[in-house]
Amino acid sequence: MTDVDVLVIGAGHNGLVCATQLASAGRSVMVLEAGEQPGGMAVNREIAPGFQVPGCAQWLTQFSPQLIRELKLEQHGLELAATDLTSIGLSADGNTISLKQGEVSGEISDADRAAFAELYRLLSKVNRLLLRLSKRPPPYLVEGKLRDKLALADLGLRLRLMGSDDMSELLRQALNNVYDLLQERFESPLLKGMLSLEAVQGTHFGPRSPNTVFTLLQRKLQWAWGGEVSQVRGGMAGLGTALANAAQAAGVTLRYGAEVQSLIMPGDCVEGVQLADGTELRAGCVVSSVDPVTTFESLLGLAKVETDTARRVSQIRIKSGTAKLHLALSGLPNFTGLDASQLGQRLLIAPDPNYVERAFNPVKYGEYASLPTMDISIPSVNDPSLAPDGQHVLSAIVQHVSHSPAGGWSTQRERALSDWIDCLAQYAPDIREHIVAAEILTPADLEQQYRVQGGHWDHVEISLDQVLMMRPFPAAARYDASVPGLYLCGAGSHPGGNLSGLPGRNAADTILKMEKQS
Amino acid sequence: MNPHQDEPIYLPTAFHSRQQQHNLLHAWGGWNGYLKPEAYTDIELEYFAIRSTTAVFDLSPMNKYRVTGPDAEAFLNRVLTRDVAKIKNGRVGYCIWCDDAGQVMDDGTLFHLGDNDYRLCSYTRAYEWLYWSSLGFDVAIEDETGTVAALAVQGPTSCTVLTAMGVTGLESLKPFGILEVSFQGQTLTVSRTGFTGDLGYELWIDTSAGEALWDALFAAGEPYLIKAIGTEALEIARIEAGFLQAGVDFVPAETAVRRGCTRSPFELGLGWLVDFDKPRFNGRKALLAERDAGSRYRYVMLDVDGNKPAHHSFILQHGKVVGTVTSAAWCPTAKTNLAFAQLELPADASLTGLVAEIYYERELRWNKVLAPCVAIDRAPFDPPRRRQTPAPAL
Repeated sequence: MTDVDVLVIGAGHNGLVCATQLASAGRSVMVLEAGEQPGGMAVNREIAPGFQVPGCAQWLTQFSPQLIRELKLEQHGLELAATDLTSIGLSADGNTISLKQGEVSGEISDADRAAFAELYRLLSKVNRLLLRLSKRPPPYLVEGKLRDKLALADLGLRLRLMGSDDMSELLRQALNNVYDLLQERFESPLLKGMLSLEAVQGTHFGPRSPNTVFTLLQRKLQWAWGGEVSQVRGGMAGLGTALANAAQAAGVTLRYGAEVQSLIMPGDCVEGVQLADGTELRAGCVVSSVDPVTTFESLLGLAKVETDTARRVSQIRIKSGTAKLHLALSGLPNFTGLDASQLGQRLLIAPDPNYVERAFNPVKYGEYASLPTMDISIPSVNDPSLAPDGQHVLSAIVQHVSHSPAGGWSTQRERALSDWIDCLAQYAPDIREHIVAAEILTPADLEQQYRVQGGHWDHVEISLDQVLMMRPFPAAARYDASVPGLYLCGAGSHPGGNLSGLPGRNAADTILKMEKQS
Repeated sequence: MNPHQDEPIYLPTAFHSRQQQHNLLHAWGGWNGYLKPEAYTDIELEYFAIRSTTAVFDLSPMNKYRVTGPDAEAFLNRVLTRDVAKIKNGRVGYCIWCDDAGQVMDDGTLFHLGDNDYRLCSYTRAYEWLYWSSLGFDVAIEDETGTVAALAVQGPTSCTVLTAMGVTGLESLKPFGILEVSFQGQTLTVSRTGFTGDLGYELWIDTSAGEALWDALFAAGEPYLIKAIGTEALEIARIEAGFLQAGVDFVPAETAVRRGCTRSPFELGLGWLVDFDKPRFNGRKALLAERDAGSRYRYVMLDVDGNKPAHHSFILQHGKVVGTVTSAAWCPTAKTNLAFAQLELPADASLTGLVAEIYYERELRWNKVLAPCVAIDRAPFDPPRRRQTPAPAL
């Protein structure tokens, strides 16, 4: 006897997208969420009475317009407070640079302007190809089934159709590091710093690390449709709420405060879950949007899988270097070189690529950067509802920060907060005067808060050895986890990360297709 | 000057000083990083010692892994295809293990030495695989290859010799049983196991007591014509007894370079070692699929006409190549020309009309024989004394 057809673990955006698609196809679906609200790592967090900051994710970047239409998210309450925001590179002397789609403004040479337009053109073109790959399960190489061969032939053909110059350039750069790519093309240290930040944010890489041209492409997937970052009205929670509404409208049952303790697997097949309160729920299959390491190690137990699966799970790279800084502000601070109207845009601290590389150095040795890169949002500018009248909140993504520094976070938390506010003060000298409340969320905090092993917002590092048919590991790349009755639909699956909703959607497609086959 | 010229490439085993005294041929080879005698005096005399008196073979180079801890049984049940719970304390089990694709990585023996205490003997180095397989289990794995010395004592008078050496209680030891006795202050483990298909035992002791054990054994065995044997004689005996040899009759999955060159348990005639009643073990999913879809290969034991061993022969059926021979020998005691072959035939295909295409050389002249073969179910050498308890003694 099963309670439902499908149990989905986690009401993050991927879990909800997957659940909605499955319910729309007629399955009875229940979503089990350990927390009290939907959204996963895209939620609001009240840091002082009336001050709402984004708990982790702060921008909507890659949620594809197509998925928003398919799930009718606007009907279900998704509203954007601002779209296509400009990324502004801050400078202590006020000489800022602004980027939006292919255009640069600010103090920049004509050569850099042209070089940026050209890079934007090339990356957008490659990203249209990546987007195509992202929208379906990755092709497998070894089995060599017809549909895999066709998918690979399609990829080869499209690469060739890029034209020989662009294809050669892509093949030359695809495995490169972003530092070398930027050195070849640009003069402006700030412009190179900003693009370095784009490439390494959310990763455990510095700009000189291999893979970072690829991560730059990944982070700018939205260029495939000419998009930039947007801000959700009501805070990031607005996305989760709209997705939860869509899920419920499709017939999904949502249970909050339902923490899954373990997967039930008496034989060779997952049959359901056991909740922390001891309740057992049975289902035809269980779909986990939880990160793969937690799914296999904590929920299933490595003893229940075959050796290669256990080995591969234990080798997934999940180290995060990302932290959050949250401030409640009594008023708008002054940023050198910016007027108040620009403070609702995306503000970046990454003055040059060496600065970004130096920010990466400490994390290699279990420390945090006292001069980190920052990706700053003051969401209350575009959406005053997030703070009391006339007051503001600031949220910054801080890179790079060790998950577990020597001596533990308890001894370093205050110092890190102070260092990072000092860093911010180099660009906004009066920031300290406005601070009403402040907090940092370290990778360890993010891990604990959002139940993601390692605290990585992509669950599994996005790098060439952990994408496509190798994400999260070979043999589990098509959402089917290598264990009967268990599927994966979270950011740890192809195409992974970045609030795209595509892992959830692809997983649902795959599950429905596999049901049809069996 | 080569700075390494005085360093040995192969390590000596605990019995090396004694083997040197017996090894008149100086026919040394390497086995798993250790020096091993291929033959001491004469291969045929050594072979007949196995079948007529008592033969002693140094199996110290065999990989030995001690597995202990509260999850030892559960861990071994992940690795091995058979149900480890059925190998009781004090017993030994023949076993195989597969990778996740259901391809045989190795065969070996599992000794259940005590509560949560096992020793796994393997042909391949298995530590890394065992280590990865231990993820999720509370076990400790120790490589005992260099610290435990082992001798196989095989043949019709082996029980008599060991009793004469002072091992008590041996007559009542059943096949695949384990006995622990004291030997000059050390624990000597005796198991009724072997690779010859005859009555025989294997002795396991700390390497420090190796030479003393050898001396005591040969002193006790002298009246019974005890003889040290090398790998060449053992090779004939194991084929005669129908035992597969990893690396010869199949490519251990982890060492295979080419896809499709490995074999599943079913393809080696070892399906009886796969227990699908166990809900989980490495390769289960793949093996279930193979059981339902059928195997690519089929293992057969062939009685080949004539006396020319069918080494590396093609096997033909109705003029078409259907397989190849992996091991072959003229078996002197069974008086059978035996070959193990891998056939690319479905399980239900007829095995009539098989022919071995044998090439052999006589004074630089190559000859070809097309020898008819008959598939046989059981090894031709299987004496009752192998299974009798009490074991026959003089």
